[in-house]
Parts: sequence; structure tokens; C-alpha cells
Amino acid sequence: MVNPEARAVYLDHAATTPMLPEAVAAMAEELARTGNPSSLHNAGRRARRVVEESRELIAQAFGARPSEVVFTSGGTEADNLAVKGFYWARQADGRRPRVLVTAIEHHAVLDCAAWLGEHQGANVEWLPVDSSGLLDPDVLRSAIERDSESVALVSVMWANNEVGSVQPIADLAAVASEHEIPFHSDAVQAAGQLPVSLASSEATALTITGHKIGGPVGAGALLLARGDDPVPVLHGGGQERDVRSGTLDTAAIRGLAVAVEHATARKAEHASRLARLRDDLISRVHAAVPDAILNGPAPGERRLPGNAHFSFPGCEGDALLMLMDARGVACSTGSACTAGVAQPSHVLLAMGADRARARGSLRFSLGWTSTQSDVDALGEVIGEVVERARRAARQAGDGQVTLRAGIPVAVPGPTL
Amino acid sequence: MRVLAAMSGGVDSAVAAARAAEAGHDVTGVHLALSANPRSYRTGARGCCTLEDARDARRAADVIGIPFYVWDMAERFAADVVDDFVAEYARGNTPNPCLRCNEKIKFAAVLDKAIALGFDAVCTGHHARLEPAWPGGPIRLVRSVDPAKDQSYVLGVLTGEQLSRAMFPLGDSTKEQVRAEAARRGLAVAEKPDSHDICFIADGDTRGFLRARLGPAPGPIVDHDGQVLGVHEGSYAFTVGQRRGLRIDNPAADGRPRYVLDIEPVSGTVKVGPAEALDVDDITAVRPVWSGRTPPDGAIDAIVQLRAHGETFPATCWLEAGTLRIRLHSRARGVARGQAAVLYDGEIVLGSGTIAAARRVAAPVRA
Repeated sequence: MVNPEARAVYLDHAATTPMLPEAVAAMAEELARTGNPSSLHNAGRRARRVVEESRELIAQAFGARPSEVVFTSGGTEADNLAVKGFYWARQADGRRPRVLVTAIEHHAVLDCAAWLGEHQGANVEWLPVDSSGLLDPDVLRSAIERDSESVALVSVMWANNEVGSVQPIADLAAVASEHEIPFHSDAVQAAGQLPVSLASSEATALTITGHKIGGPVGAGALLLARGDDPVPVLHGGGQERDVRSGTLDTAAIRGLAVAVEHATARKAEHASRLARLRDDLISRVHAAVPDAILNGPAPGERRLPGNAHFSFPGCEGDALLMLMDARGVACSTGSACTAGVAQPSHVLLAMGADRARARGSLRFSLGWTSTQSDVDALGEVIGEVVERARRAARQAGDGQVTLRAGIPVAVPGPTL
Repeated sequence: MRVLAAMSGGVDSAVAAARAAEAGHDVTGVHLALSANPRSYRTGARGCCTLEDARDARRAADVIGIPFYVWDMAERFAADVVDDFVAEYARGNTPNPCLRCNEKIKFAAVLDKAIALGFDAVCTGHHARLEPAWPGGPIRLVRSVDPAKDQSYVLGVLTGEQLSRAMFPLGDSTKEQVRAEAARRGLAVAEKPDSHDICFIADGDTRGFLRARLGPAPGPIVDHDGQVLGVHEGSYAFTVGQRRGLRIDNPAADGRPRYVLDIEPVSGTVKVGPAEALDVDDITAVRPVWSGRTPPDGAIDAIVQLRAHGETFPATCWLEAGTLRIRLHSRARGVARGQAAVLYDGEIVLGSGTIAAARRVAAPVRA
């Protein structure tokens, strides 16, 4: 059903966004060179210089000191290091079984916490969010103060990958800080669009990754405030202040740094451009589908500029996705998959949506290559797509073969 | 045409999708997730619901160059196929779940959804042919050229409307040819073993599967005189014609093996007897369908197949008050209620019914 003539409309930047040409060029140049940054000879020194300059640049962009940048293979690894590493570290001087995370975290945090609960004796408490996906700092405070001594760590994502809710991270981190509890935030989605700073947020650790901001997949960092370090997940050569071993990927780190540099320089302008496009996208969708429900906070400072997420009543997300794909529009149901089967989004369920609403949703996410014509293209097809998906859902509901008269029946067999 | 190719992750459906695409159709691959909790690893060659099968199907779609999606049909499959399977056994019948899946899932729920989404046909890797009765004429369901792999029997429940929206690109090929073609096309599933058994019973233990769902239901095992020969733990563990697993201690008077002759589910009585008592020639089948043909208005001669890959029998068939009556010209041994009786004219499927009763109209011929 793919029309090769159709222009590709990419509205899935929250999944991954194209690399910036500057990052591609820097990385390609670096890939052609050799040298292990841990080696003492000239080639090693040259590579180390690239790594350390990249580290300084990234530190500056995110309000951290260079020594507070721990390079990782990406967001998932950084989240694992923070959640598991802090949990283990916090057991060293007394038992602290409580792990406080929101119910809307990305699986990289969610599943780490669940694993700690299942295998390491942790008591995981899923912090509730309101109907727009926001955590109230008072909810965190009362959870901590039920028994602050027993809390190992708190993890609250900066901006949600599905519905784009932006948490009051500084307020939340301050509550944890009062009780000297490590506070981690997955800032993967926020880093390219919002002012994200380790110092001014008072967070203990922030996760960033390259491929959401125009850098390469496979390079990320945990911005880790100096203090008590997490226990390593990866043991080995002792790179990255002994917190994360493994030969540093000089080329990918340079690509990451170039992307961070560009994203930081253009962030405010980029965010307001995305917000304008996003607002237009929302009004186009509502014009075509008046009963579409915008999930997440209303456009404004509590919503990620590039995110629009809707539930389409009476539709199945998988049918919507397929029909959009067939019309050349790439988007996402924004939910986790098991064997590719769409499960109702845990984020929407945590926000109080019923399963039908959670299943019938689509996420459109904008990025640096997005243009008005992408939004126009979506506006042109969304009405017909939703109408067709509704018909399909009604068909699937009734269990009888109800081929209607009037549909031309071709003769399929002999044509092959 | 816009064609939805159901892709199980096996070699047949992969080659079928490839042929449909090569024929110029606009093909989209869909893997049907039939289990809510798919197992991570394939156990032997069984099943079509594992994560590996979904991955194999996706990989095949990538090689063919068609879009691919997974459709969650687990709820419908559980209700229409698995629950029905268990309920049929509880009634003393022997259902064929593949046939039921074709009737209720692939060519009903999936087909309906596909048409609503803008597709014209559903393509599967079944070994059967669809041919026009004459150029431009109505579609006929015909046996595969590969008699060992022919699946027209499990498609015999489809109506003309369902068949008019079906596409079976493999009917003109043998399994061997399909495998060779898969290898030639670079499909990694070329050497994947055939699936056997029932896809939702991973370990192949049908009796254990039924016991877990129906619980113990002890009852007597009796001979044709009503003499109790033993007890069993649930009549659902038996199929008409079964010999093994009866566990009767006292041997038959004539020393010959005994077979299940009948299952009476209300009292849980399993009746056993000698092999020749299984011979029947008069069959009543309900829910007749006519594969897109006009129902016969009188008696017709047909070839009847009474189970998947079973032997065939010449018969005279007619409709009587909405049920299909079949008089076999020779006797068939071990006909189980719940199986389909599929009628053929040579290789062409005429229609089918679900076997509701089987008996012998004349005294047995003494050997």
C-alpha cells in the first residue's frame, strides 16, 4: 500500500531524528583516524584530546563540570547506570530498599526499577501523575517523608517521550536534595528542546543521548554530579572515573559533541519554531477530527515543543499507524511492543485513560528537519485515515463476515 | 489489487507473499499475534505464535520489500478458536482448530478488518488453488497439485464470499518447489521445519491442555454390552477410533484390540469395541456451506473427505431440512463428530458440513 510517489513525511523525531550534517562530517573524519584515548602514545593523545574537548563542550552545554560527564552507549545504558548503580551504592551504609520512580518513565528506567524489585530486594513505588502526565512535588515529598531514611533513589524523567509532559524538575530535585537522596532524571527528550542543566536543576544525575538531538545512535552520557558515585554496571578498564568501563568511542563522542554544540546554540529559536508548527498541527488535527483528544499538558511551558499526542476515539492505534504509513506519513503509537503487538500505553493508563483510549492513540513528534509542508501533509490525510480506522474497528468488533454489496470483487486466483 | 498477506513466519506464507508482490499486487505483510503472552523461544517446530516466528515473518517481509505489521488477534483467537476447541471436546466432539481459525479468524476477523482498511484480498500460504469455473466465471476451490500438502480440506468451510476475497498463490506448486523458491529468493525461512500439531498447544500434549481447562471428569469405559471395563479421568481425552491410552486391564474376550466407538459426554461414558464396529456409511453433517456454489436441490455424487489428510470415499449426498446427509458407497472407519466432511467433485471442493452423527445402516459384513 505504499505509494512510491508520496513524499516521505517524517513525524517521528522522538524515536530518532536525522543526524546534523556537521555531526556526520565530524564523525566521518574521526572514523578515519586511529588511537585509543587511553593509550599513552601520540595516536592515543590525539584521540584523548578529541574526547576531552567533546567532554568540555557537553559539560558546558548542560551546566556540568567536565569531570561530571560520563560517556555511555546511549540513554538506556545511562539510565541503567543511574537507577541500578545508585540503588546498589545506597545499600553500602544501611538498607535502603525504596525506589521512587514515576509510573510514566521510559522502559529504560521502568524496567530497571522493576528488575531491582524482582531480583534485588527493592521496594519500588510508582509515583502517580495527574491526568496530563505531571508529577506534583508534594506527591514526591509525601512519598519520601513516609520514611525518608529508606529511600535509595528517585528517578523522574524531564520530559515524557509519549505525551511530552515537562516535569518541574528543579522543584522535584530540591525535595530529594533536602533529604540527601540521589535524584536522577532521564532528559533524553528534553535535551534538544529545553534548557537542561545539571547545576541549576540540582539533580544528581541526568541522562542524555545523541540520536534525539542530531547526533549518532550509540553515544550518550550520564551527567553525574560529583559526590557518591553509583556502583558500575560495566566493569573493566576503569575508564570514565571507574564508573563506566569500556574503550571510548572517539568518533561517536565527537559526533555527539558537535550535535550538542549546534543544538545548544539554536535551542531557543528551535523550540519556538517547533512550538509554532506543533500548535498548527494540533489545530489541523482538531479541524479534521473534532473529537480527537490531545493527551498531555496544554501547549505551553509544561509541554515539549515538538510533541503532539492524540487519542482518536473508536480507532486502533495499529490500524492508524498502518494507514498513515501507507500514505507516507511516519509517526508512532508511542507505546512499547512485544512481538510488535501494540500494548496499551502505560503512560496513558497512568494518566487515567481507559484501555480503549490508550490503544487508539498516535504520537506526532517534530524535529529540526520538520517543515510546514509536513504539517500540511498530515492535515490532508488525518481525517480520512481516522474515518477508515474507525470503520475497521467496527468491523473487527462484530465477528461476522459482513462483506458489503457494491465492493467490486475481483477474481484473484488466476491472475497470479 | 491491494493485498494483505498473512505471514506466520513460515516458508509457505513468505513465498506466497513474495509471489503476490511479484505478480504486481500492492502487498502488505501482517503477522497475526494469536497469543496474548507469546513465548520467547520456539519449542521444536511447533506453533506459530512465538516471538521468533514474528521476527522470521518480519525478516521475510523486509527481503520481499513490503511493509509489515503485527495485528493482535489474541482475544478473538482465544474466544473463537481456543474456547471453541475446549467446548467441542467437552461435548464429546473432535474439533479441527485450523479449520475454525480459517473460518473465524483469517477469512473473517482479519479479512473484514483488511477490507475496512482498504485492502481487496487476503493472501495466505495455504496449499490449495482458486480457479474460475470457466474464464471469467465464479471461483472454485481446488486441491493443491501437491497431494501430500493439500490444504483444501481446512478451507472447505469458507463461503463463496470468503473465497472471492482469498488468494492462495501456492496451489500450483509442491512443497519442495516452494522451499527451493524460498532459497532462491533469499528467504531465511527456506529450511524452517513445517509446523505440526496445534499451534496453541506448545508441548503437543492436547490431553494435558484439556485436563487443565476442563478438570477431572471420571467416567466409565464400557463395551457394546454395557459392561464396565474400566474408568477414565475425562471423556475429552478420547477420540472416536482411538486405540491407545484406554488402559483397560481385562482383555477382550476375543483377544483383539478395542477402539473408542462413541463418547457420551453427559454421563462421561466412553464406549469401546472391535475395529469393525467403527465402520460407518451414513453421516449427518450440520452447518453446510457450498464454497460459492448453489446448494444441490437433489442427491449428488461426490467424493467425501472426513478428516485432514484422510482418505476419500465416493458417496451420495443430499440436503435434508438444512442438514447435509452423506451416504458412503463404502464404509469409513472411525468417523469423529466435530470434524468436517468436505465434498469434492474430483479435485474441486463442492462444500462441507460439520459431522454431527455417523452410523451404519446395514449389518457389518463378516470378514
